[in-house]
Amino acid sequence: MQWRNIIYQYDGSFDGLLCCVFESYTQKERPTAIVCDEDACLFEIRSVVTVPEHAARVSRSLRKLSSDVLPLLRRVFLTHLPDKEMAIYRFIAKLYREGTPYLSRLSDDAYQPLLRAARQLATEVEHLRGFLRFSIYDGVLGAEIEPKNRVLPLLRSHFCERCRNETFFIYDRTHREALLYSGGRSRIVPLDDFRPAPPDDEESEYRKLWKRFYDTIAIRERENPRGRMSKMPKRYWSTMTEFQVPAEPVGKPKQETLSGA
Amino acid sequence: MELLDKLTVLADAAKYDAACTSSGARRGFRTGMIGCTSSSIVGCCHTFSADGRCVTLLKVLMSNDCSYDCAYCVNRRGNDTPRATFTPRELCELTIGFYRRNYIEGLFLSSAVLGSPDRTTERMVAALRMLREEYRFNGYIHAKAIPGTSPELVTALGLLADRLSVNIELPSEASLRRLAPNKTKAAILAPMGQIRDQETESKAELVKYRSAPRFAPAGQSTQLIVGATGESDRHILRLTESLYGRYRLRRVFYSAYVPVVENTLLPALDTKPPLLREHRLYQADWLLRFYGFRASELLDEEQPDFDPRLDPKCCWALRHLEFFPVEVNRADYEALLRVPGVGVVTAKRILVARRTGPLHADDLKKLGVVMKRAQYFLTCSGRLATPLRLSRAGVLASLLAAERAALPAEAQGEQLSLFEKAGS
Ligand code: SF4
Repeated sequence: MQWRNIIYQYDGSFDGLLCCVFESYTQKERPTAIVCDEDACLFEIRSVVTVPEHAARVSRSLRKLSSDVLPLLRRVFLTHLPDKEMAIYRFIAKLYREGTPYLSRLSDDAYQPLLRAARQLATEVEHLRGFLRFSIYDGVLGAEIEPKNRVLPLLRSHFCERCRNETFFIYDRTHREALLYSGGRSRIVPLDDFRPAPPDDEESEYRKLWKRFYDTIAIRERENPRGRMSKMPKRYWSTMTEFQVPAEPVGKPKQETLSGA
Repeated sequence: MELLDKLTVLADAAKYDAACTSSGARRGFRTGMIGCTSSSIVGCCHTFSADGRCVTLLKVLMSNDCSYDCAYCVNRRGNDTPRATFTPRELCELTIGFYRRNYIEGLFLSSAVLGSPDRTTERMVAALRMLREEYRFNGYIHAKAIPGTSPELVTALGLLADRLSVNIELPSEASLRRLAPNKTKAAILAPMGQIRDQETESKAELVKYRSAPRFAPAGQSTQLIVGATGESDRHILRLTESLYGRYRLRRVFYSAYVPVVENTLLPALDTKPPLLREHRLYQADWLLRFYGFRASELLDEEQPDFDPRLDPKCCWALRHLEFFPVEVNRADYEALLRVPGVGVVTAKRILVARRTGPLHADDLKKLGVVMKRAQYFLTCSGRLATPLRLSRAGVLASLLAAERAALPAEAQGEQLSLFEKAGS
């Protein structure tokens, strides 16, 4: 393939990115960058239109190599891996060149960063399944999160199942989008700003109870701030109930107790 | 007493119970009910307390108003401490309110002996029944079966809960006799045997009829207190092994004894909880469950206790240098697992990665091998990663240095992570 200093511009969707791959192979050229906003620059920019059939052809070719590739790339696409478009492009190019055996070269430079990014995404999703906190506003559950990666598509099925009978929303402050769920249907929509309503009495009461429970179950003789921090990085704390209510002195525990029965 | 104060008393009294995982239960969504326990959230941690422990469940006692007098416990009858008992409704409101807000995955309900084991269990059953039937709660429930409870009540409890546990607490009969005069080994083992049998029965029934009642589908666990009495690590680990084998327990939890009462039979009040020892036991437990080790390989009469300075796998490796070095490009899965610094995930990755060609030393790190431990025990295409003669003393010294850097914990009175995997 020829080396031309060309930059692809796409619509920011995963299919759009696959169309860039398609473009590159039909034009027999390699892009130096793939971007979704059009910053003026020295190089030639070509806008690649998203054509479903083109994306489907690339998908098919990848699926033929292995059924795991597309799901992996879709996940990598949600991460904040720097220059993820080119990282994905380079991976696909190498995979085309070397075929399926490439997929077991887990430590290859074009492969390993993708795997790592996908792992970090998985970790963040797992963390948020637990660390996300709903407040109840008039019977509706609402939560805010501040993730590094675009986790909403991956949190969707979990929370839709867990809260099947509820109406809920989760607002992603970082990527300004929200997952909405009501009456068995869910959607992810862009949302520029969101300000939660102040909690009512019952909500405040539950926050207080939870905070108290949280403070009470820690065993003082075993205090371990470093352990806690490594399991639950501070960046999650800003949206967790137990770190919001101002700390209040825990009245009772004069004495420690060993577990019952 | 206000709900907030009750919660404080009854959560405080339950906090030493280590079991806090919701693993092993699969309970799909059911229309008209609140919540589910899907397989994807195995052991979902909702927060970590200031001591670094995972919090999954609302862990409380039904009551701390105990009629028994176990020496190591502050709920014991003779002690002057505030007493509280939840009503079933209070417990249900709390569980549902916390669950809907995604604070918890479910309820862990234990209790002191309120009058008699049967009376206590009746109250627990009443609360859980209300939670399941009136509040339509479909999330995870872990309930304590109190030694001495009659079999019918244990059955009722098992039909409402996902997991049951009977705490052994003191790891030998002699210790029980001295410190927990109201409990006997037989009274503890009876419900354990019953739970095992009914769980097996229920599984068989479920194969035949999909709607057969489910009895404790997530099995049972127990807890052992470490350091209150004089049992060796070997004694504890052999007990663990037989509990996994004979009683088919899913988990054994260990709890470093925190001195809470003045008693000549117990460690003095200023004794620090043996956290490092507890950590080593968890690592060894992990080796039993996932790494194919047997208790007798890890400890014997000559060495009845772990060297607290090293993890149990390193200890084993140092005593079995004849097993090493292991060649990463040829060794089978079982052999890879025995290498310090290679965990389950890493071993699997090695198997995949070497299919396309021989691995080199610099691939290993990327695959997740912890080289500071593994370097002495591996060869890569015949070459030792660290060109060091495999002398026991030399390796021991280097491993100790590596380990000390990783764990300044004990020295600073900090706690080690409970659930860290052994060896990897
Ligand atoms: S029966 Fe349980 S709660 Fe009561 S004193 Fe003994 S250990 Fe404590």
